Amino acid sequence: MHVKQVSIFLENKKGRLLDALKALARAKINIRALSIADTADYGILRMIVSDVVRAKAALETTGFTVKETEVIAIAVKDQPGGLANILEVLNNAGLNVEYVYAFAEKHENDAIVVLRTENIELGIKTLTNAKVKILEAKKVYSI
Amino acid sequence: MEDKLIWNPKAESMLQKERELLQLERLQRIVKYAYEKVPYYKKTFDAAKVKPSDVKTLKDITKLPFTSKDDLRGAYPFGMFAVPHEEILEIHTSSGTTGRPVVVGYTAADIELWSEVMARALSMAGTTKADWVQNAYGYGLFTGGLGVHYGARKIGANIVPISAGNTKRQLEIMRDFGTTVLTCTPSYTLYLAEVAAEEGVDLKKCKLKAGVFGAEMWTEKMREEIEKRLNLCALNIYGLTEIIGPGVAQECMEKTGLHLQEDHFFPEIISPDTLLPAAEGSKGELVLTTLTREGTPLIRFRTKDITAVNHGTCKCGRTTVKMDRITGRSDDMMKIRGVIVFPSQIEKALLEIPGIEPHYKIIITRPHQLDELEVQVETSKNMFSDEVRHIEEIKNNIENHIERAIGIRIKVTLVEPKSIQRSEGKARRVFDMRNIK
Repeated sequence: MHVKQVSIFLENKKGRLLDALKALARAKINIRALSIADTADYGILRMIVSDVVRAKAALETTGFTVKETEVIAIAVKDQPGGLANILEVLNNAGLNVEYVYAFAEKHENDAIVVLRTENIELGIKTLTNAKVKILEAKKVYSI
Repeated sequence: MEDKLIWNPKAESMLQKERELLQLERLQRIVKYAYEKVPYYKKTFDAAKVKPSDVKTLKDITKLPFTSKDDLRGAYPFGMFAVPHEEILEIHTSSGTTGRPVVVGYTAADIELWSEVMARALSMAGTTKADWVQNAYGYGLFTGGLGVHYGARKIGANIVPISAGNTKRQLEIMRDFGTTVLTCTPSYTLYLAEVAAEEGVDLKKCKLKAGVFGAEMWTEKMREEIEKRLNLCALNIYGLTEIIGPGVAQECMEKTGLHLQEDHFFPEIISPDTLLPAAEGSKGELVLTTLTREGTPLIRFRTKDITAVNHGTCKCGRTTVKMDRITGRSDDMMKIRGVIVFPSQIEKALLEIPGIEPHYKIIITRPHQLDELEVQVETSKNMFSDEVRHIEEIKNNIENHIERAIGIRIKVTLVEPKSIQRSEGKARRVFDMRNIK
């Protein structure tokens, strides 16, 4: 089961981010990790949440445009070079990384990183072959 | 100062009663002429069951059908011409880069008419044969450049036909040749002033005394700015390609309205809703009839410009009817950087793109002396991508699509769904923030 990330479009207007977070809070959704890509005119808020289906519903009801995207959650050795080694694997395979962000929590002494490659299936295959620890969706939502 | 310099005192200071007789005579003649020479008019008059002989008084003009811009577009290219091509000396077309333009033709008499009304206009700005006229209106199919040129030629002034653009050169010429009268769009004057400040050209040391500005809407505030920065008397000119080009009306130095050359262009003000004549002095849509045009005569052309007219004698001595500064249009036609754009063109382009919601807003601003058009489009589920790269691609795709449709560069802003106000009746799409008062 692939990890599903929830992302929403944020107009560059005052309070939009707060509105989104409040909507999730009201629905008792816990955000596990998040990242914001911002441009001059708008932002994209990417999140790993505890309940994807309910989060989507809560955000859509509040008027946000929501998208579900498959991403890869990886357990990374919590030491210098941990992430670099993994990205090298992808780089050698010629796979482009669209974006990357980290969890604040650890999982059994490993740091957790979320990333999206241009071809998710190939990304998973490449990483699995290189013996990189890929985390199951269920595990990720409840970290 | 030659502010009482009236080019044609007989015509411009005529008693109104005498002028009305002249207008009626010309109206009857042009209506008959149009009916006999232009198949379009024969068709529409017959359909309206009206004959030229039905026009017995000036008020009878209301018996005649209107002519719209769509009618003119439908006649593309030469459906409105009253004379064979051998008699046409010059062609001009209306601005608007897509769709069919309106084509007008000038006979020798029409060029003379244009020269006459433009000479009257430039004279109102104090222009004599001793003046240097720097003509920065575009020369070409646009009527601005050549219109001013003919008027200045008639007066015998020294014309510098620099046309539009080439700002540094414009300033050099202004300083080195000693330009006294500047003709261009009002927004361009501010750009000239800006570059002058950057280049260290002191406009106050130049010999500029007057400017004849038009082809776009501008405010009293804008006039104050222009007069302050260019150190000249800034006057408003009005015209439209369909009627003659610039020269239909011109502001005199009293600055209390634009004198409309009503011995050649008969004005009516109608209510855009009822299409009936509005009371004297009240605002409505300006309708114009060419009383003496030969090449492409027009009967009751709906300009869609909103103004009011006032009869009387001006302090300058002219008795020609005065019209107010144009403050808006009765339809939703927009003029952006001199180009005509309709919201419907933008809407059509938007709806051609898959995944676009039909909810959009058009915002027009003029942040740095030049018009900017922003189209706000709601993001939809289909359109939203998780990656900035894709969103940018979509945005660029929309921008390019609209630009291809309307011919000018615009900015697209993606907004959240439902953030654009819905309406029960006619949606207000266009928000013109240029603050035209």
